Amino acid sequence: MSIAETFAKAKAENRSVLVGCMPAGFPTVDHSIEQMIAMHEAGCDVIEVELPYSDPVMDGPVIQKASDIALANGVRTRDTLKIIDAVSSAGATVVLMTYWNPIEKYGVDAFARDLAAAGATGLITPDLIPDEAAEWIAAADAHRIDRTFLVAPSSTDERLAMTLAHCRGFVYATALMGVTGARTSVSSQAPELVQRIRAIDPEMPIGVGLGVGNGRQAAEVAAFADGVIVGSALIRCVLDAGDRTTALTDLRALSAELAEGVRKR
Amino acid sequence: MSASSLPDLAGHFGRYGGRFVPEALIKALDELDAAYRSAKQDPEFQKTFEGLLLNYAGVPSLLYRATRLSEALGAEILLKREDLNHTGAHKVRNVLGQALLAKRMGKPRVIAETGAGQHGVASATAAALLDLECVVYMGETDTQRQALNVARMRMLGATVIPVTNGSRTLKDALNEALRDWVSTVETTHYLLGTAAGPHPFPELVRDFVGGIGVEARAQCLEQLGRLPDAVAACVGGGSNAIGIFHAFVPDEAVRLYGFEAGGDGVETGRHAASITGGSVGVLHGNRTYLLQDDDGQTIESHSISAGLDYPGVGPEHAWLHDTGRAVYEPVTDAEAMAAFQLLCRTEGIIPAIESSHALAGVAKIAPRLREELGRTPTIVINLSGRGDKDVHTAGAYFGILDQVETVVPGENT
Repeated sequence: MSIAETFAKAKAENRSVLVGCMPAGFPTVDHSIEQMIAMHEAGCDVIEVELPYSDPVMDGPVIQKASDIALANGVRTRDTLKIIDAVSSAGATVVLMTYWNPIEKYGVDAFARDLAAAGATGLITPDLIPDEAAEWIAAADAHRIDRTFLVAPSSTDERLAMTLAHCRGFVYATALMGVTGARTSVSSQAPELVQRIRAIDPEMPIGVGLGVGNGRQAAEVAAFADGVIVGSALIRCVLDAGDRTTALTDLRALSAELAEGVRKR
Repeated sequence: MSASSLPDLAGHFGRYGGRFVPEALIKALDELDAAYRSAKQDPEFQKTFEGLLLNYAGVPSLLYRATRLSEALGAEILLKREDLNHTGAHKVRNVLGQALLAKRMGKPRVIAETGAGQHGVASATAAALLDLECVVYMGETDTQRQALNVARMRMLGATVIPVTNGSRTLKDALNEALRDWVSTVETTHYLLGTAAGPHPFPELVRDFVGGIGVEARAQCLEQLGRLPDAVAACVGGGSNAIGIFHAFVPDEAVRLYGFEAGGDGVETGRHAASITGGSVGVLHGNRTYLLQDDDGQTIESHSISAGLDYPGVGPEHAWLHDTGRAVYEPVTDAEAMAAFQLLCRTEGIIPAIESSHALAGVAKIAPRLREELGRTPTIVINLSGRGDKDVHTAGAYFGILDQVETVVPGENT
């Protein structure tokens, strides 16, 4: 299902879309596929695959640690594409989130082509703003990959409008000023940012990320956002688990709890 | 495009530079850019900055004709004595400029990243002077290697936060400072330590340290009655090099040489030579040359000099390299340490190991230049810092530290 269809379906069901993130190759390639499929089966509407990167400046300690583990275990960009292929073949809607340099190194057009061939529908670029994205915009158009750029509470109205004009699929609203990681309370800056986005573009689906860790918080965010993005809390299920069975059980349980949350708005 | 008109309004030096950062930081970078442009036009700001440099930092630094070193190298060598500045390096110029800018923007807190601790100490110094809160991020590995500088920063009132992510060195400290800034941008200025990072930092830092070249150029004209044949500097991130190069860029007869940290040798893969041993990519907010693998993952750099031990380089150097206006060459640890010793013995000056790379590079190019020009070349070297901080490293390298024997009470015979 495309991103647009996924958001349209959730809207028809009067609920939010649940986006669950997991770094590719964490802790190994096969295990990460298993985890993503488990998340999909337990209720994540969209699987956001993170391409592990050596210098993830937007991410907090949990995602960093998971990325370091994946890289230490030798995950390569090509493995990430294989993982996307496996997870999308299992029926999940897959988007990729990656810092820019690995794509530039791979070749921007070639990457868009191979990403589309692997079955991903979109790409989220945390450190690529539309101002620097001419090459990516052309490649994404050519290979029909949805472009998701980030907006933040600090974005001016002018920048919000410019960024929204370049987004396809959905826009990623960072709910508070800070890096990724579950927090005890969801920021009050988020609803205000969502309102400002809607005032500029009422049609663009809005995913809200940063800070959601449980079903209650998912419901809080679902009350005002079209999509709820959860990363660190899901990754922690794997980091904290002593063995594979526990990891997968906890991952399914949390995904189910979050899926229930996004339906309770 | 002429060099003096660069970067463009979006911070590009040709294909290099720009802004590759989370959207959350764009507003702060725009505000910084606007504040900097208004300060640049404001005679009061310039007067305060220049007054601090003159009366507090000991700038303009001397241009010293190094007679015995000249004999040893077969070239007329002039040393730009940035090592004599307060805090012992060129970096004081940048931190004073940025701390004044933080004050002007009404931001009460500054954060900084540091490798060897020199930029951290300089930041802590400026923060103490201008009454700003200062937090310095430093890789845990570096806090252990540079314990004295950690103590200096704390004496000056700064908080030092050891970073335990990744390789626990300078690049990870930079990542952590960026993360802090994303969360605290309303009250905090990021006092970036080199002429790299997202726009406007490469331009702003270049301009704050650009006095080095302006002074050196005027001092040459005054002392020699002409410009030098070449200007040389070491390049890590590249602030001291761009600082001395910039004023000479329009003087096409003046050759510009940047010497990168070749570590064990570029061919060994253990080095920090981003231009001569790296490739083009995006790191820490700008497009430039960097050390990366086939997947675009950053490769750890290696150098005996902590100040050059960084896997990227400022975007203006990338551009100067591509256009051929400046020439970049690697210098190994061993070559740098030989030059370190040479300066100590010929001139009674203990240089920073960073600056020793420039000395070593000049030792290599002097014979070539002599042949090319058919006469003794005149070369200005930016002696960007003093070596006090490196005494332990150099002492260990040369094996001249006395063994401290552990005396166990009661076991004397």
